[in-house]
Formats: sequence, structure tokens, C-alpha cells
Amino acid sequence: MPEDTQPRILAFFCNWCTYTAADLAGVSRMKYAATSRVVRVMCSGRIDPQFVLSAFAKGADGVLIGGCHPGDCHYISGNTKCLRRHRLLKRMLADMGIEPERLRLEWISASEGDRVKTVINEMTADLKRLGPLKLPERCVAWDVEAIDEEPDHAEAVAKEAVHA
Amino acid sequence: MPKPKIGFYWCASCGGCEESIVDVAEAILEIAELVDFAIWPVAMDFKRADVEALEDGAITATMINGAIRTSEQEEMARLLRRKSQVLIAYGSCAHTGGIPGLANQFSREAVMRYVYHDCPTVVNPQGTEPQTEYHDEGRVATLPEFRDVVRSLDQVVDVDYYMPGCAPNPTLVLAAIRTLLSGVLPPKGSVLAPDIALCDTCPRIDTKPVDLEVATFKRTHLHKVDPDVCLLTQGFLCLGPATRSGCGERCIRGNMPCTGCFGPLSNVHDHGAKMLSAMTSILAAEEEDDIDKALEGIPDPVGSFYRYGLPVSMLRRKVDLPFGHRN
Repeated sequence: MPEDTQPRILAFFCNWCTYTAADLAGVSRMKYAATSRVVRVMCSGRIDPQFVLSAFAKGADGVLIGGCHPGDCHYISGNTKCLRRHRLLKRMLADMGIEPERLRLEWISASEGDRVKTVINEMTADLKRLGPLKLPERCVAWDVEAIDEEPDHAEAVAKEAVHA
Repeated sequence: MPKPKIGFYWCASCGGCEESIVDVAEAILEIAELVDFAIWPVAMDFKRADVEALEDGAITATMINGAIRTSEQEEMARLLRRKSQVLIAYGSCAHTGGIPGLANQFSREAVMRYVYHDCPTVVNPQGTEPQTEYHDEGRVATLPEFRDVVRSLDQVVDVDYYMPGCAPNPTLVLAAIRTLLSGVLPPKGSVLAPDIALCDTCPRIDTKPVDLEVATFKRTHLHKVDPDVCLLTQGFLCLGPATRSGCGERCIRGNMPCTGCFGPLSNVHDHGAKMLSAMTSILAAEEEDDIDKALEGIPDPVGSFYRYGLPVSMLRRKVDLPFGHRN
């Protein structure tokens, strides 16, 4: 990764713990890498694996999920649900060639602003080492082989005939 | 008035879809009365040149089954798209990539190596591999290019409708053909099957508890399957919760769990991710080690959750594979 390009981390933080911790990090004027875009969700149990895949498919280099510590979930068991999804999703991503460092799950309570700082800094360093994922660019490159070399005007004509 | 023309074509497929057309049984005679066939390689002797000779849009509807892997399949898909008013992706492979789409976990080189060298039943002492061109005494023989990536039909050409299933259910096929001939067409892009989950129409639905909880996932070849109880409740990986219905629950009636061939419902963007979500949600385990142990029954998550849809998933392909061998 060139020095001037920073990795892009999409972070999903739960409303009750990790998002509040990120807020605390902010009001405490902690400095950490400006690599994350935070999406606030009500609970880490809300995070559908589709969100994670969608983040990668749209150009994220890493996805960080932050939730309440086990036993502290505002909704009792949302975070254990998140943990179960995370365990299998990580395995599946590895099978699809996505390095384990690109998906990280952290339990960060509302008082642990410094933990937000540490985790994002660590993850930024990991992602810099791995380099960008560039999935949208890869998809375009994969499809070069299947581009119609002689795009036929007749195709457009046939389409018009149907929808006329 | 001339009869409307219908075409059937196959790409990277097993032939099961062709079988499903024949499976409409006597009704095929009714269809044959109403239409002329423009191309149907498995049953009739029309050639590519016959299709090329037709005017654009001359075929009322063409159903293409199979995924797209070779340059020839791309050409035929484009040709048939041009000649057809309506193009239907027929069966799982054309719809979502299907079983051939699982090859998107491996490089082109790995596929070639296995198929022409390493497969235990292969005898190939000279190490011959297919070439796109072969010159012999001034004559040239050609073969299509084998692509790096497996694609669904709509990743190559514009598709009007989708007929899901591995293979599609004859009842749905017949209904679709009758709809087409009626001239009253559903909205473009429709999947010609109900938009409800398989669990909704499952004959075992009454045995599925409201608060379903599974201790561990079991594999069907290692355990006895109760023929009357919800397969998920028994701990077998059944993809009914996030798979479209309309198949006639054939696997369930055959005492096998759903493997997801009808693809996702219309509100799901990534079938596999949604399935993974549903399956891990019903697990009872709470501690990391217990969770991992319970999930040992799913040794191959990609193969289990994307069995018919890897090419149309959000990731599409194992991301670190090489590509562009001829670009």
C-alpha cells in the first residue's frame, strides 16, 4: 500500500457500549488513525453477515464490529448471537481468500474509550501490512475476459422490440 | 399465423434441466402443438447457423440452462439474446451459477490440473491439455476459451425472467410456458416461483418449534434422519428458512434437507450470508469453544451456503485467485 493511502475500515458499533466508548474517546481528545467510518447500530446482534460482505464488496479493506462485553448486552443475548455469526463468518471468509485480520470483533464497554483507540490503531497497522483488498476493482478486472468484443447494435434493437 | 418459436439451449450444465422439460410429461405434446422449436440441441437437429439465419427477435422465448464458463457459451448466449424477444435463465446454474459456480473457489489452472492430470481416474501419460488452437498440415482446429470465472447468465447478457431450481419443478415450468404463450407477461426480472420461504410450505412445519434451538449441527450421512420431524429441529443443516419455495418440497419429502437450489427470496441480497446468519442464530452455544464445536457439523461453509449461488454472491469468487491469463 502506498504511504499516502490509508486503509478503509467500516466499523459497526453498538449504541449502548462501543459507540458510547468511541464518543468518550472523542470527548477525551484521544488521537487515533482516521481510518474508520462508524455505523451506529442498536446492537451487535443486528449485524447481518450481509452487511460485512457488502462492505467488502463495496471497497472496505476491513470491517470492525464492536459490541458489549458478554453478559452486558442491553438486549440480553444480542452479542452472543453476533459472536456465533462471527465465528462461522470468519471461517467462510478465510475459505474465500479474505485474511482473518480483515474482520475483527471486539467487546468494548462504554467506559473503554482508550480501547477504541488501541483497536483501531492496531487494525489500521494490520490492514496496512496486508494492503488494500480492492474487491470492486478485482470484480471489474475479472470481467475483462467476458466483455463482448463486438457489441452488436442488434442486441439493443431486439431489446427495444420487446419493450415497445 | 405462424406458431411462436421457442428455443432451449444448454451451457455449463449437467442435462438435468433438459430432463425437467421432458418431465412435464404428456403436457409436452400440448406445448409442441402450440409452438415451433427454433433450437434444442439435446432433442433436435438445429445448428447455430439456423439460429443465425433468423431475424433478430424472431424467437418468442428462449430458455438457457447452465452457467457460463467458455467463450462459446458467451457467444451463444449473446446470439440467442439477439434472436429472442424473451430470454429466461432456466435452472439454478443459469439463474445463480449453480454447482459449476463452486469452481469459483479454484483457479483455472487448478481446475485444469485436476481434470487433466491429478484426478485418480485420469490416464494422460503425455500430459495433454486442451488448446484453443491446433495446427495440423495447414489446417486449424479450434476450441473455445475456458474462462477464469464462472458466471450466471445475467452476468453475460440481459435476462428477462428466471426459472429457479436444480432442476426446475415441471409444474412451474408448465405454468411459465403457458404464461408466456398467453402474452400477459410478469414484470421483467421476475423469478417465476413464489416469493415465500420453503419453511412456509414445508410439510413438516408443524414440528418446528417457535423457539428453535439447536445444540450442534449434524450431517445426514452420519445420523439417522427422522422422516416426520423438522430437519432443522433435528440439527440437520436445512436451508428452508432463507430459500424460495415452489420446488414441491421434493427433497424434504425424500427425507433430505433443503440445499437451497431455488435461490434466495427477493429481499435477500446474499443467499449464503443470510443462511449463515439464520443457522448460527438458532445455535444454543454461548461460549467461543462451544460455538466452534457446535459448528464442526458445517465443515465447508462456502459449499453448504453457496451451493448453487457462489457466482452471484457479493464476493463472487475466491478473492485472491489469479485472473487474466490471456488478457
